[in-house]
Amino acid sequence: MKYAFSFLAVIALILIAWAGSHIPGMPYFFGVFVPYMAIAIFLGGFVYRVVQWAKSPVPFSIQTTCGQGKSLDFIKHNRLEAPDTTAEVVARMLLEIFTFRSLFRNTKSELHAGPKITYESSKWLWLFAIIFHYSFLMVVIRHMRLFLNPVPEVLAFLDWADSMFEIGSPSMYMTTAGLIAGVVFLFSRRLVNRHVRYISLANDYFPLVLIFAIGITGALMRHFLRGGIDIVAIKQLAVGLVTFSPVINGEIGSIFYIHLFLVSTLLIYFPFSKLMHLGGIFLSPTRNMKNNSRAVRHINPWNPDIQPHSYAGYEDEFREFMVEAGIPVEKELPAKKDEE
Amino acid sequence: MYNKGTIIPGLMIFIVFVTFPLWYNRLSAGTVPKPDLPIGQKECVAPVSEMRDNHMKLLNQWRDAVLRDDDRVNVKVGGKEYRKGLQTACMQCHTDKEKFCDTCHTYAAVQPSCWDCHLTPAVAASKKETH
Repeated sequence: MKYAFSFLAVIALILIAWAGSHIPGMPYFFGVFVPYMAIAIFLGGFVYRVVQWAKSPVPFSIQTTCGQGKSLDFIKHNRLEAPDTTAEVVARMLLEIFTFRSLFRNTKSELHAGPKITYESSKWLWLFAIIFHYSFLMVVIRHMRLFLNPVPEVLAFLDWADSMFEIGSPSMYMTTAGLIAGVVFLFSRRLVNRHVRYISLANDYFPLVLIFAIGITGALMRHFLRGGIDIVAIKQLAVGLVTFSPVINGEIGSIFYIHLFLVSTLLIYFPFSKLMHLGGIFLSPTRNMKNNSRAVRHINPWNPDIQPHSYAGYEDEFREFMVEAGIPVEKELPAKKDEE
Repeated sequence: MYNKGTIIPGLMIFIVFVTFPLWYNRLSAGTVPKPDLPIGQKECVAPVSEMRDNHMKLLNQWRDAVLRDDDRVNVKVGGKEYRKGLQTACMQCHTDKEKFCDTCHTYAAVQPSCWDCHLTPAVAASKKETH
């Protein structure tokens, strides 16, 4: 049911954009107002979430390690798994961000007769995750050709490299296939793998279905439903949006508005969902802290500021009352000058 | 807020990345392409909007028909016959590649592979002179 709900939500979004774009005047709503609102919410929400995280103290030194920490000289230190210096932390973070090392360790546990449990390396998650993420990155970079005028040489090169196989005209991009294949795998993994299915929620399925629909509408628009897809008019609108002078020239096919509306939904949804791992990966204490808790004391930032209070200070504060109550003191009360 | 020294620059870099088109275009939308239309010709093999959206598909179909299926039967539209070919049909009216094809293709960063084999009318003319 959780995945059925996600499909229904995305179908509803598609219908809204499809029906809405046919109402006179509404193309400006879907083509100008919604994208502006989406990017504003995306940027604002993103900054808000990161600032909220940055305001949260890290009470303990909680890096995850799976290697020998720095110890005595004759014990070999695993620099990447248990980083001890900032440079080692940076190296570990970069490898995590660019190569998804932690997914490479994904295992599959199975219960056999006996009963006996086995753990087997399962690299599929890593493979499809990396295909999916790099394809998505390329897709986003490629779309910049519609926002930048004149188009930089490097974008033209990427566009050429991505459509190198020249399948059909307009030629198919490799990353379109990679994005859709990746998202289909990541979705079906949640259905097929019982363990993952058990812990999957609607907010795990929804972004996958949404990104799937974005990929499919994009591919349909480029290859199949070309009616009203005048790329010059679309680029005029896109460049207009980023120069604050949006114009909609002529009639653009409703598949374009559906695609744009789904992307806007993704941008709006982004800061309030698991998709924030884009920013969150940088702020994960389990990854960005040094594994040096034996060498450096980690101070909890929310510790109250308690000053040391020595016995001498204590006696200074309460001497009069102590003497009055007959409690022995180390230093007597000063002789009172008035009585002399 | 903790770790201001890294988080604020990090957020700034992110915002600059996301808003990159703003800095790149510097609030100027630039020129919109105006392809030179053939003089004296009003009809094409399909209506304007159809040609705008689908000319690349039509050219691909023609290429496959002529080169792969040996189907060189002329296309008849509105009493006029067109040979299936970029140079033999399209470029007869749209004589200037630079002022017609390239205007939009450059604007949208499209790099069609037509000219890997075909010669533009300008190049074709210069070739004839040398032979």
